[in-house]
Amino acid sequence: MEAVKQQAAPAARAINIESIHRGDKVSLADETTCLELKDFNLFYGDKQALHGINMTIPKNRVTAFIGPSGCGKSTLLRCFNRMNDLIDSVRVEGGILLDGDNLNAPSVNVADLRRQVGMVFQKPNPFPKSIYENVAYGLRLQGVNDRLTLDKVVEKSLKGAALWDEVKDRLHESAMGLSGGQQQRLVIARAIAIEPEVLLLDEPASALDPLSTLKIEELIYELKDKYTIVIVTHNMQQAARVSDYTAFMYMGELIEFGATDELFTNPAKKQTEDYITGRYG
Amino acid sequence: MATNKSQHISQQFETELQDIRSRVLAMAGLVEKQVADALDALITGNVDLARQVIEQDTHVNDLEMQIDEECTQIIALRQPTAGDLRLVIAILKTITDLERIGDEANSIARKALNLSEQDRPKKSFRELSSLGKHVCAILRDALDAFARFDVDAALKVAAEDKNVDEEYEGILRQMVTYMMEDPRTISRVLDLIWSARSLERIGDHANNVCEYVIYMVEGKDVRHLSVENMEKLLKAKR
Repeated sequence: MEAVKQQAAPAARAINIESIHRGDKVSLADETTCLELKDFNLFYGDKQALHGINMTIPKNRVTAFIGPSGCGKSTLLRCFNRMNDLIDSVRVEGGILLDGDNLNAPSVNVADLRRQVGMVFQKPNPFPKSIYENVAYGLRLQGVNDRLTLDKVVEKSLKGAALWDEVKDRLHESAMGLSGGQQQRLVIARAIAIEPEVLLLDEPASALDPLSTLKIEELIYELKDKYTIVIVTHNMQQAARVSDYTAFMYMGELIEFGATDELFTNPAKKQTEDYITGRYG
Repeated sequence: MATNKSQHISQQFETELQDIRSRVLAMAGLVEKQVADALDALITGNVDLARQVIEQDTHVNDLEMQIDEECTQIIALRQPTAGDLRLVIAILKTITDLERIGDEANSIARKALNLSEQDRPKKSFRELSSLGKHVCAILRDALDAFARFDVDAALKVAAEDKNVDEEYEGILRQMVTYMMEDPRTISRVLDLIWSARSLERIGDHANNVCEYVIYMVEGKDVRHLSVENMEKLLKAKR
């Protein structure tokens, strides 16, 4: 309340006229492309799950995928780091380019790709190890064992995931003792410890309480300076709050993709309008 | 667009939106009647009618506050998006303008009371009556456009408002002549000028309502644009 009173002082009312017209609208045309999909199809056996998807996901922005269950948004997210390779019956057509290179090309090393494109799942999945070792895990896999380097990265990642202050005095206790929200932030710290380019978040807050959810959303906002973030969420308000761009998918097709503020106030397609306003038929 | 919508999955939300819309229309009807009555009282010198308009202004104010409250509830509890959001925002803005129209009607009714105590020259009332009819027609069309989500009708009203402004300018010039010819009329003519000013303002508020209709249906902000530019913006496909 004090701060509000302070702001009411005359100095706070001084206005820079130019700032009125600057605006802060985002537009896909002004963005650098990070991921690009070209006529992308995906089949589970005979059943086609994704139909001719064309889109570009901009660098250092948050792109949200929304749509009803089974619309293919998680399937699409899993294509960005080839998680679908683990399912035998999956077949893909068309291209997904990461910084211009087809990530399904035979020459691509999947382990390298997943280092570049990190992923966080709906349910927090910390390893049954200490908090410290959870974050250091990726680096240790890469053969980094130097204590000083690890200390630095662990601190930086935990700070990056807005968890440092809560765990700095118990880094060597088990990660399983953390709350759900803390575990999820720990998993994000683990993902950013190896400095990926892209961060895929699959319903990262759906198992969390509202306050932890807000912390994760705040974190997403802070992380976008450094990473390209792609998030799948069932919570439309969350998509509206955290993302710069939103893609609406329905029955395996990309129905509409555009700036979030435009899509939520004035969608171009009736299907989008019906979905986000909660209508049927 | 907004009219042929399918139903919400939440029946209750559907009912709330319907309810709030019908309350706005009821408020619009009341305001329209207030303006017509105030004008009638002014021209015919009907003191009772003028007093009635002044009394009823509180109903307009109450309706504004009630609808305001309902919109706040909907935003807080339902978090409307897209067309629903634009409907709620357009309603919030429209009722502000409706309340202001109510105030202008109230002000005309007060001038009618003043004027009823003075001599009634035939001629100056005739111009005011013509401006009044014009403004009432514009208001009715604007409110119809709101009720029907009719963008074309809204555009027509916006174009018509310019004529009201010109008519008002004409009346002003004439009133100035009267005052110069016979300074004893100054106090009476001032009341007439204030009434003409109120009518002109009502036209502006009706014009605002039309802009909200266009925002509500098309999602485009056409405020502070000339009618030509409005049409251009609406034709431009996304």
